[in-house]
Amino acid sequence: MKWISPWHLSRLGILGMNCRNRDFIGRYNERRLFPLVDDKLKTKLLTEEFGLASPALLFVVREQFAINRIEDSLKELDGFVVKPAKGSGGKGILVITGRRGDRFIKSSGAEIDIDEIRRHMSNTLAGLYSLGGKPDVVIVEELIEFDNIFDGYSHEGVPDIRVVVFRGYPVMAMMRLATHASDGKANLHQGAVGVGLDIATGRCLKAVQFGQPIKLHPDTHKPLDKIQVADWRALMVLASQCYEMTGLGYMGADIVLDKSRGPQVLELNARPGLSIQVANGLGLLPRLRHIESIKAGKHRTPESRVDYAVEAFAEPLPPVSETTATLAKGGKVA
Amino acid sequence: MTQSRLPFYLIVAALVVTGLATAWARHVEMELPFTPGERRPVWLIEARVDFIATGDEVLVSLDLPDTPPGFRLHTEHATSPGYGFSVIEQAGDRRGEWSKRDAQGPQTLYYKAQLIADVPDRERDEDTSEGRAESPQPKDVFWEEPQRTAAEQLLSQAVETSSTPESLTRELIKRLNNASGDQNASLLLEETDNRSELLEKLLNQAEIPARQVMGLRLEDARRRQTLTPMVETYNGEQWVLFNSQTGAQGVPDNLVLWHRGGQSLLDVTGGTRSGVSFSMIRQTAPAEDLAVAQFADSTFALLGVQQLPIEEQSMFKLLFLLPLGALVVVFMRVMVGLKTSGTFMPVLISLAFLQTSLLPGLISFVSVVALGLMMRSYLSRLNLLLVARIATIVVLVIFLISVLSLVGYQMGFNTGMTITFFPMIIIAWTIERMSILWEEEGPHEVLIQGGGSLLVAVFAYLLMSLPLASHLSFNFPELNLVLLALIMLMGQYTGYKLSELRRFRAMGLDDARGSDS
Repeated sequence: MKWISPWHLSRLGILGMNCRNRDFIGRYNERRLFPLVDDKLKTKLLTEEFGLASPALLFVVREQFAINRIEDSLKELDGFVVKPAKGSGGKGILVITGRRGDRFIKSSGAEIDIDEIRRHMSNTLAGLYSLGGKPDVVIVEELIEFDNIFDGYSHEGVPDIRVVVFRGYPVMAMMRLATHASDGKANLHQGAVGVGLDIATGRCLKAVQFGQPIKLHPDTHKPLDKIQVADWRALMVLASQCYEMTGLGYMGADIVLDKSRGPQVLELNARPGLSIQVANGLGLLPRLRHIESIKAGKHRTPESRVDYAVEAFAEPLPPVSETTATLAKGGKVA
Repeated sequence: MTQSRLPFYLIVAALVVTGLATAWARHVEMELPFTPGERRPVWLIEARVDFIATGDEVLVSLDLPDTPPGFRLHTEHATSPGYGFSVIEQAGDRRGEWSKRDAQGPQTLYYKAQLIADVPDRERDEDTSEGRAESPQPKDVFWEEPQRTAAEQLLSQAVETSSTPESLTRELIKRLNNASGDQNASLLLEETDNRSELLEKLLNQAEIPARQVMGLRLEDARRRQTLTPMVETYNGEQWVLFNSQTGAQGVPDNLVLWHRGGQSLLDVTGGTRSGVSFSMIRQTAPAEDLAVAQFADSTFALLGVQQLPIEEQSMFKLLFLLPLGALVVVFMRVMVGLKTSGTFMPVLISLAFLQTSLLPGLISFVSVVALGLMMRSYLSRLNLLLVARIATIVVLVIFLISVLSLVGYQMGFNTGMTITFFPMIIIAWTIERMSILWEEEGPHEVLIQGGGSLLVAVFAYLLMSLPLASHLSFNFPELNLVLLALIMLMGQYTGYKLSELRRFRAMGLDDARGSDS
């Protein structure tokens, strides 16, 4: 089957792009709030102000001439991440995991020298990675140390967890795993693996690559259905707190798990994509409509909202015949 | 949270109604055709006046048609070397006057008029309302014996067998036609060779206002025609035309009433043996031009752009097409879900295609962008700042286009020159975006977005190049309000895009499997 009928899609409750843009982004996201998430520097400062866990901001490069003396700023650092403040879709993110002599080691293992970093920063300032080519600033932030539980699940890149938060309630979550095919990027349409996660427990519901269900990671062949995210409730609460922080009604929070510090907000997105539905094998629309029907102010704290979402959106465990016993250990936390 | 959509739909409905109603009103009032290339018959009639001048001052006065029923005067002019010509209006009657200080020998004067045929009836209504204002009176008639008695007898017989002015006229014509069985009729006919004049006299005698008219029968490519005398009878409300030979009532389609009652058809002072003859040709003229020329001072014409200088007109011609292109872009992106590079770049490309025509335009656009991409890949190694890099590409694109145009010209393709219609800055930005896309997402994405843009551009071009589209958008710019309403309606669409039916196809598979287990 190469196409699916629109009636079938709407029966599944799939949220389409037009509906998302008009009924959710257009209605719940105030235009003036967009810069808070479109500019990662602003997001960063905001998370620090609200005390939300987030990789620490090391320094900002705003001018071309500052790039000439960049080695002074980098001297003390071993691993760091260079980001454009207004980049989109993971463009222009340079992850340095360590040093070898004068050279820097990228997350892919390749080595680059300081000139390469300078050029990258210069391009970023000129707006190469920003929407519409507008001049940008460079953010240098702390390197996340990934939790060991992700070992073997991601190829090169950052395994992050995208949570769609609607009116402060987490409604759907997925983990994005970079693959060889996606060239270390976490974008699903480039070939990253999307793993749908149960809102209640953080266990794997389903995994897809290129829109097709898969069972094993295509590079490391680790079984994806064994994924169980630790610290899940803390992660949900963190995602929910972003609502108070930004005021955006419909947003996506990208969260990573640090080995020692737990869940960290990496960035926020005012236009979360639709592929999370494919990864979960579920439509967003019924959940969004459900949240829409809740009276405003019923759950005032992030914790109460998470509790409500866990109750409302928990997926039943798959039948035992089809799954291994190990998978069931996640259990239902409701 | 859901606000009432009623005001929105009211606005949309108002836009549609306003657009369509204005277009319809202009169509009716100005006779602007809805379809392009519609042509209307126009009769070119040439009246030729011949006479022999006696060597004195010459004054020739010819009755000209005003508003003959069923026709409208489009253009008129007189050609007659050495003569002064002017059109004089007196008592609602138009006459052309030629004058010359002195003339000798045979003279020929021409008057040419273009008459638009198939003019709706309301013209005639206006004419009759004019006539009603001053109800005509029967003229005094003078007969000599023995016609006087014959006329009286004929009339009394005819009056007995008729009731209205029309039926009396018909009855009289019938009796005149059947002259062999009626002594009175044959006596009257013997005395005159102009049956219409006789009828006019008889009718006036019967206290019915009547007048002689001269009609011109229109037949294509006829020369040396004369006017046919006919009779008009006033029935108390309006003048009714009768063919004095057959008794047929009403104005036939192919008859122009050239001369009506009143003064003579032709007066010549200072000349002898004068005569007037007519030639005619049936032509067709674009209905659009006729309408524009005729109604230049109508209030509806203020809404059209035809009154502007030609240069501005051609600009508006393109401008008014833009909404159609925008509609195509909205449709392709909202309903179909095609990816394009730059939202409205495809419309600009399709406008350029309108100038270059499709195939040369496509070839030159693709080649310029491809060459530009090659140069851009070298530029990316030079590590220039963004603005400088784009400026460099703009300059390079200009060079590229000039070189391609020159090469094309030298090779004998004039189409080479048409590349210059593409907006340079747009091309430069396209190249820059494509190049970044190439570096970040790979050539596959470049093909998808570039192909999408070209596809949308081609669709927009095909729509905009329809003769109907350019005709309607230029002559009825108000129809763009309807397009606006459509665009606004599509802005409300929250259903799935066509591309999403493919993007989410795996969901269906999954669902089927789930229900199986």
